[in-house]
Amino acid sequence: MTLSLSGELDHHEARQLIGELEEKIDTGMPRDCVLDLGGLKFMDSSGIAIILKLHKRMNALGGRLFVQNVQSQPMRVLDASGIDRIIEISV
Amino acid sequence: MKELNSVRFEFPSLSANEGFARGAAACFAAQLDMTLTELGDVKTAVSEAVTNCIVHAYPDSVGPILLRLRILEGGELEIQVKDRGRGIEDVERARQPLFTTGGDERGGMGFTIMESFTDSMKVRSKVGAGTTVTMRKRVEKRRKAR
Ligand SMILES: Nc1ncnc2c1ncn2[C@@H]1O[C@H](COP(=O)(O)OP(=O)(O)OP(=O)(O)O)[C@@H](O)[C@H]1O
Ligand SMILES: [Mg+2]
Repeated sequence: MTLSLSGELDHHEARQLIGELEEKIDTGMPRDCVLDLGGLKFMDSSGIAIILKLHKRMNALGGRLFVQNVQSQPMRVLDASGIDRIIEISV
Repeated sequence: MKELNSVRFEFPSLSANEGFARGAAACFAAQLDMTLTELGDVKTAVSEAVTNCIVHAYPDSVGPILLRLRILEGGELEIQVKDRGRGIEDVERARQPLFTTGGDERGGMGFTIMESFTDSMKVRSKVGAGTTVTMRKRVEKRRKAR
């Protein structure tokens, strides 16, 4: 399953988005999930919380989450958070 | 340090204003000769500080947020985000990575990101009175193209 995010991901956007993403995983029950951030121009720590939540969700299903196509500003935020130690991230 | 220019905005702690606040900050900061990466850092730092006011300072109400931006002599941007919300009991602890009172909605990385995306960050807070976060970011000197 691939989930794509675009635009700007902050606390305002995240509030609605998280429910939608979790629902897709819960109905699809995928083996693996790719989070495609190719269209995401901006994110802050709210994005980290979302990625961690989806990671936990996938772990509970016995699957894995991969984060792909990360643009430069979101990558700086992910780097600062050290989240790449738990989740596989690629540009 | 001498102030060359400044703006102030006050807005209510509605999450719809997060995008406005970081966008306005980046517009103002563009007066300095910043790279896209540096402007992205400014947007990120403002987004973190403003979100903290919305989520933590005024958890069950809407209150005022004050954003002040100053350009200082020598090519430095000062970002100040102030609220009159509930304040922080232990600032030292709040600044630690992963520390959060926000449950599993938050990761506790906001202050860590603000600190790593700017050159300095000061946090002043008083329980019941509010919090002021002041950050400074220097523009890296670049050699002019010949
Ligand atoms: N303006 C504020 N008013 C009151 N408390 C605050 C304020 N800013 C931060 N805090 C406190 O400091 C803690 C750490 O803030 P920080 O931004 O680092 O993490 P977070 O907001 O909890 O999570 P994240 O930023 O990753 O979403 C918060 O959980 C909160 O308890
Ligand atoms: Mg925060």
